[in-house]
Amino acid sequence: MSAGAPVRLEGLRLAFGDMPAAEVDLDVRSGEIVVLLGPSGCGKSTILRALAGLLTPTAGRAEVDGKPVGGSNEACAMVFQEDALLPWRSAARNVEYALKLRGVPRGQRRQEAEELLAQVGLEGFFDHLPGQLSGGMRQRVQLARTLATRPRVMLMDEPFGALDAQTRSEMQQLLISVWRQYGTTILFVTHDVDEAMLLGDRIVLLSPRPAVVREIVDIRSPRRPGAQFEPEFARRRYEILASMGDAPPAELSPEGA
Amino acid sequence: MTTTPVSQQSLIPTNDPTAVTPRPRPGLRAVLRPLPVPGAWPRRLAAGAQAALPLAAALLVWYLLTANDVVLWLRFDKVPGPADVFDTLKGQLTSGSYYQDLLASLRRILLGFGLAAVSGVAIGMAIGRSRVVQALVRPLIEVARPIPAIALVPLAILMFPTGEQGIVFITFFAAFFPVAVSTIHAMKTLPKVWEEAARTMGARRLSVLAHVVLPGAMPGIFSGLSVSMGVAWICVISAEMISGQFGIGYYTWQSYGLLDYSGVVVGMLSIGILGWGTAWLVERLGSRVNRWLPRSAR
Repeated sequence: MSAGAPVRLEGLRLAFGDMPAAEVDLDVRSGEIVVLLGPSGCGKSTILRALAGLLTPTAGRAEVDGKPVGGSNEACAMVFQEDALLPWRSAARNVEYALKLRGVPRGQRRQEAEELLAQVGLEGFFDHLPGQLSGGMRQRVQLARTLATRPRVMLMDEPFGALDAQTRSEMQQLLISVWRQYGTTILFVTHDVDEAMLLGDRIVLLSPRPAVVREIVDIRSPRRPGAQFEPEFARRRYEILASMGDAPPAELSPEGA
Repeated sequence: MTTTPVSQQSLIPTNDPTAVTPRPRPGLRAVLRPLPVPGAWPRRLAAGAQAALPLAAALLVWYLLTANDVVLWLRFDKVPGPADVFDTLKGQLTSGSYYQDLLASLRRILLGFGLAAVSGVAIGMAIGRSRVVQALVRPLIEVARPIPAIALVPLAILMFPTGEQGIVFITFFAAFFPVAVSTIHAMKTLPKVWEEAARTMGARRLSVLAHVVLPGAMPGIFSGLSVSMGVAWICVISAEMISGQFGIGYYTWQSYGLLDYSGVVVGMLSIGILGWGTAWLVERLGSRVNRWLPRSAR
């Protein structure tokens, strides 16, 4: 399978109309999960959209695997928060469309689509329309569809933001297992600190709009099961919230400092 | 589309309680392919009886008004009753020219409407998706749209080599605008995320048009097609009355010229039934193409 590609943002400047949206320098190693964390509306999604080729930067460079990003590039695939599935196609047919775009011959598409859907836990739902699936299942289909393009970089724009807590935690586990298998680079946007700490190798803290990198937090031994129940986790969580200006007063902090 | 049996649903891989079972869709699949659902025929018969009831009531009122020569400001004493009309219809059904008229009108409708549907969707998509095309073509459409198609009869007679082509053109002209305008609107209301998702998966322009934009716009397009079919009938009949040879509109007008009033009513009823049939076809096709829509929006 295709391994991840490195991503490099160099003085990347993005704007929404006349409003500056983001100004970012960032190096992402191949196969790394980097979480972009920032207040909602800070322009973090904009950074992903630039990498996906959906938005042209006003200045600077965005490189994937050493090549500048432009137009529709197959190396990056995006998982959206909302319903980005084509509602008139069944789960399997949605994945088949991605396979068709990758150039898989017609005869092999159905089988490969079913394999991918089974991999994300959707056996028995191949012929369901998106409207007949729950929110979590629809995001599973999106994940399978994205994997079908064999991306080297997955751009995930608050993909689990609209899910309930339990489904969200299931999806996070699923994402980690898929990532272990495929080794793709993942850029993950969220405003949920816990999600960021559970998934990321590194967390990029962004300022309110226009988004600039405030701090990059390294996670020691990332994605260790049960890590969220250790005092260390709570301490880091507090630090991150504090640096986002969102922390409770110090006397309530876990250390009572 | 398949329905998941309950036994399979217990194998749901997630504990997601909100998963929805596909709902059964009685009657919808009934039209353009054989009926797989047992018990569909009784249901359809019941539906047929329901439609027949108001029609039978109208027939009865018509009979009572004409048989008793009612004059209540409106004068029904000269209006042909159901029996006269039925006799005329019987005569027509055994004459070849009646079928020729029906077929001539149907052919004009299908040609004009078909051309309008294809070009309306194509031009509507181009206008909806390209600022350049919008700037160049939209003014033309806005100027042409208010012109009643029937006002084109003189020019159509002048320009087209045969009257037949003129009538088809007039039908096309009338049917074009509802399709084009509803397609333009459908382009504007399409969720952006579908197209963006396709593009990040590597879809090029044509693929996006064929696999994302067109199917996504179908609900809007079909509401235009329904309107368009109605307008097409109005215009084909009017055009036939003015300039046709053959055609059910021509037959109706000619009957009037011969003071054959029951012939006029036979013509009117034939138009009604043909129009109903074509509208039903468009409706059925639309609900098949758009069966992914949630029921409320269909």
